[in-house]
Amino acid sequence: MKISKFVQLVCVGAVAIGGALGTLAHAADISGAGATFPFPIYAKWADAYKKETGNGLNYQSIGSGAGIKQIRAKTVTFGATDAPLEAKALDKDGLAQWPMVMGGIVMVVNLPGVKPGELVLDGPTIAQIYMGKIAKWNDPAIKKLNPNLNLPDLAIASIHRADGSGTTFNFTYYLGQVLPDWDSQIGAATTVEWPSGIGAKGNDGIANNVATTPGAIGYVEFAYAVQNKLTYASMINKAGKTVAPTVEAFQSAAANADWSVPGFYQVLANQPGDQSWPMTAATFILMYKKPGDVAASNEGLKFFRWAYDKGDDMAKQLDYIPMPDNVVKLVEKMWDADIQQK
Amino acid sequence: MTATALQTASIPRATSLDRARALARLKFADNGFRLMTLGSAVLVLVLLVGVLVALFIGALPAFREFGVGFLFSDAWSPPKEKFGAATAIYGTLITSLIAMLIAVPVGLGVAVFLTELCWQPLRRPIGVAIELLAGIPSIIYGVWGVYYFKPVMQAYIQPFLIKTLGDAPGVGALFAGPPLGYGLLTAGLVLALMILPYITAVSRDVFDTVPTVLKEAAYGVGATTFEVVGAIIIPYTRVGLIGGVMLALGRALGETMAVTFVVGNATKIQSSILAQGTTISAMIANQFADADPGLFTSSLLALGFILFVITFLVLAAARWMLARMELRA
Repeated sequence: MKISKFVQLVCVGAVAIGGALGTLAHAADISGAGATFPFPIYAKWADAYKKETGNGLNYQSIGSGAGIKQIRAKTVTFGATDAPLEAKALDKDGLAQWPMVMGGIVMVVNLPGVKPGELVLDGPTIAQIYMGKIAKWNDPAIKKLNPNLNLPDLAIASIHRADGSGTTFNFTYYLGQVLPDWDSQIGAATTVEWPSGIGAKGNDGIANNVATTPGAIGYVEFAYAVQNKLTYASMINKAGKTVAPTVEAFQSAAANADWSVPGFYQVLANQPGDQSWPMTAATFILMYKKPGDVAASNEGLKFFRWAYDKGDDMAKQLDYIPMPDNVVKLVEKMWDADIQQK
Repeated sequence: MTATALQTASIPRATSLDRARALARLKFADNGFRLMTLGSAVLVLVLLVGVLVALFIGALPAFREFGVGFLFSDAWSPPKEKFGAATAIYGTLITSLIAMLIAVPVGLGVAVFLTELCWQPLRRPIGVAIELLAGIPSIIYGVWGVYYFKPVMQAYIQPFLIKTLGDAPGVGALFAGPPLGYGLLTAGLVLALMILPYITAVSRDVFDTVPTVLKEAAYGVGATTFEVVGAIIIPYTRVGLIGGVMLALGRALGETMAVTFVVGNATKIQSSILAQGTTISAMIANQFADADPGLFTSSLLALGFILFVITFLVLAAARWMLARMELRA
């Protein structure tokens, strides 16, 4: 009696496990890794996509540099980066690249008594803060931009990314555009030689450090500032106008971009226009033109097609800017022409 | 084995051939066992050498490009492909030094209290608590450091140090700069807390080995507790003590997560210990995942190789000190 019961149990268990494995094998998740900047929207899209199609997306937000490394090592179906690869680098590895969504990078601060959007900064001032040349919040340069704010005699803790980051690339690229000294001394890259300040890991790491450190300033994707209820600063753009970080301001910067370049290589920093947010950035997807696993690659493309098609509202809810329709058409044409789907 | 031996012994008519065969079987088993243990020991050696060689080969491009200057340069610029290990080595040594300066005396003090002065029923609970402290994963110390310790550093300890010591002649430069919370001192203090239980646990165990007769004799001739500790207990146990301290130092040198959280991850050497810095392991943890192949990755591997060498030197120094002491004793 006892034994037969045990056998029964084992059989039931085996069937259950087998069934579970079976379903797992059927619904292979799309795997991707890279930028932390678009992680909130990718997570939201993945959630909705899973509900609609039953297919999941396993996205690891490990940073743009790591994402490029992972796709080169072929451990994932797609890599995601905010620092676009140049056409030459793409061709070397046989990779296709396209922009998925756009967003804004904002400065977040921890200043008692200052409300979101109240503090005004411009590019050169931010560059000098990160170079360690402006060390206190009541420095004349900051006071001049904020005559009505009562700025404290508090040390500035400038917080930057300690890991390789596409957000850092876009941020340092912008600083190089507005302050020649920055360009010649530090340059633009996913990791640079920071002259001063505190390093933190990931967009969320910066958000956390700013939240817990009085006097801190950091740069994060806008969604992280909103989600963590951080105080963001307004900025003075290329046209000399003061703008607050809003979807309209991001959109205005994006509207001027010319996407008809190989590999869609486009950095949206410091765009002209009265409304334009100066630190707008696109985030990119990398996939192989001749994928090792065509089925997985097709699943990935299916997801991206769906996201272009149905993801716009979700993107707007999180203050990202969807790619304009004409760009989406260009991208989809490129998929059909360049990426092997059979 | 004994069973076989007894059996052959109890049968008088067993031929010498049987006996020889049984003995051969035993010998075979013994040899097999010896080879197995030898293999395990050699495997450790092979792995160690393998890691060292792999690190060195990976690091070779960086060593070749920067030469000895790699050790003394504080550059760390991926876009310009200029790398140097000085900042990371400096940070590793300073944080470990701070940790040891605090943890060794305090750890020894706790151990003396536990073995000599503590009320008997409290000894076990406090001892167990210390061992538990040693078992906490380092990331917990890191999170604690960021959320609870760093704000205290920023609001009270660092401003106090800057006010009192910041203008002092000579040491002023060590305590200069804005109080930002993160820094080498904060990392050193968190490290001190992490290695304290190691030092205490090992010292307590070796203090327990001091023969009661020796201590009683010293007390008998009128020695104070302090004198007994200084003249009897520590000299008697110094070999074990040095072992415990070196174990703790090894851990401090290689600690990654807790340090990464609070050290500030700045890749520039600054004179103040309140300022931000980085350590070898923190640098590797932060940047290895996305380092471009080439000089960047190679430089990180070179850092790993240097840490390996530093740890090896520390262990070798400990061995050498122990050997000298045994000679004198």
